[in-house]
Amino acid sequence: MIGIEHYLTVAATLFVIGIFGLFLNRKNVIILLMSIELMLLAVNINLVAFSSFLGDLVGQVFTLFVLTVAAAEAAIGLAILVCFFRNRGTIAVEDINVMKG
Amino acid sequence: MQADLSVILPEIVLAIYVMVALIGAVYTSKDKLAPLLVWVTAALMAVLGIWIGTSGSGSTEAFGGMIVDDAFSRFAKVAILLSAAAVMVMGQDYMSKRGMLRFEYPLLVALSTIGMMVMVSAGDLMALYMGLELQSLALYVVASLRRDSAKSTEAGLKYFVLGALSSGLLLYGASLVYGFAGTTLFSGIIEVAQHGHVTIGLLFGIVFLISGLAFKVSAVPFHMWTPDVYEGAPTPVTAFFASAPKVAAMGLFARVMHDAFGHAVQDWSQIVALLALLSMFLGAVAAIGQTDIKRLMAYSSIAHMGYALIGLAAGTELGIQALLIYMSIYVAMNIGTFAFIMMLHRDGKPVTDIRALNQYAKREPGRALGMLVLLFSLAGVPPMLGFFGKFFVLRAAVEADMAWLAIAGVIASVIGAYYYLRIVFFMYFGSEGVEVETSRSPVLLAFFSAGAALMLIGVISTFGLEGAASAAAAMLVH
Repeated sequence: MIGIEHYLTVAATLFVIGIFGLFLNRKNVIILLMSIELMLLAVNINLVAFSSFLGDLVGQVFTLFVLTVAAAEAAIGLAILVCFFRNRGTIAVEDINVMKG
Repeated sequence: MQADLSVILPEIVLAIYVMVALIGAVYTSKDKLAPLLVWVTAALMAVLGIWIGTSGSGSTEAFGGMIVDDAFSRFAKVAILLSAAAVMVMGQDYMSKRGMLRFEYPLLVALSTIGMMVMVSAGDLMALYMGLELQSLALYVVASLRRDSAKSTEAGLKYFVLGALSSGLLLYGASLVYGFAGTTLFSGIIEVAQHGHVTIGLLFGIVFLISGLAFKVSAVPFHMWTPDVYEGAPTPVTAFFASAPKVAAMGLFARVMHDAFGHAVQDWSQIVALLALLSMFLGAVAAIGQTDIKRLMAYSSIAHMGYALIGLAAGTELGIQALLIYMSIYVAMNIGTFAFIMMLHRDGKPVTDIRALNQYAKREPGRALGMLVLLFSLAGVPPMLGFFGKFFVLRAAVEADMAWLAIAGVIASVIGAYYYLRIVFFMYFGSEGVEVETSRSPVLLAFFSAGAALMLIGVISTFGLEGAASAAAAMLVH
């Protein structure tokens, strides 16, 4: 029998993978965007699992909001990334270093 | 439905204005319209601010409790609208001279202002998230407004990645709170968190929520984006980042902690106290070596957020009152200081190196004196208004049995005074060097002198700020 705790474990694992992806990744900004998506999807799994567990639809409504915002966020992130690429000619994470201190 | 809509009428008016203006500007003259749009948007926001401030009383809930309109949200909205309008007007001249005033700028600022207004009146985790994202998404774009500049786009990229991470943390916290409280309404969550009893799941949720919010107010250890974004973004945008969004994030922080977890103060107050302590000290110490004034202001804002968080950590009505007073004074100080920073240039290029201010007082005695007043106020030197802001939060901490936090605050403010006084030293006693020119823009001068004058006049009369803040705090704290 698969209970709520299994869903929560999967979501927590995905969330942690997303955070590690953000901090350990030294290659590419696109991977950062993917890690952020992964975190938001982990949250969605959490919300849907809780919604079904509680028998309350609010969690699924929340999920729809999160999905929509995540799409907008990705669009804006890619737009900024394109501007950055035009200026610097690279999207490697280690090259985001004009400002330091 | 009619009653619900009337509660968010200011937001609706602003949103409709933005959409009409956006389409209008695209179909007509585009960037030629930008200076006009700045003035119209600022005027509209100022009018809405005064309208919210003078009308409305009591506490109203709309959309089944998702939006709350009370004295607290009105206080924060007035501060947000007025400061956003002021900063926009202030930056207009600076931006159009350097060819970066696009018509999107005032509209993006207005959109993020709508997000901030939703944030401070959120009564539900969903409204909180939507408001926060509306604000953040507009701010990411505004940070990279100079899309031909490597610095500005890098600032935007860094802000975006870390901002999205913080939204993720906040959202994970929100999902845990929803799961363990069974509702997303703050009024429902507070029932579950009754009598200081919080389950472990809910506690995890609170911690994630606090981390997400700490990112938005740039509290240590979630501050790393602040210096880079402040330095990289164009100065008017930096001025905006340092004013309205900070008030909104702090207002949201206070609202979530008190509206949703007001009965479990002892569970979260230690976490907030730790954030406050770290922010005050890091802000004071890390700013010492900075030579870029925008970077310095970033660390200064981190330290100021630490002081404001003391008010929240106290967990009392007095603490929230102190927080609101502190944020209002902070915004006024920042607007004056950034007006000064925007005035500095050399051959039309903005100057942000503080060593350029060497011997500034000899050439511009009046402006140097005004800056001296603002810097003393930022440092919290007694006769200026900034001191009273610090006094209020420290008193709130002492009365909430957190004397150790108040003592730490005093020590941090002494350390922090060093770098403000260093600028004063450069202005009055610095060695001869390359001179910096000062812009003669009357708008900048007006905001700069108003900011400096407020720091002195405010000592005599705060124009009912304390009364309004105390009424707002009484509404929020249960």
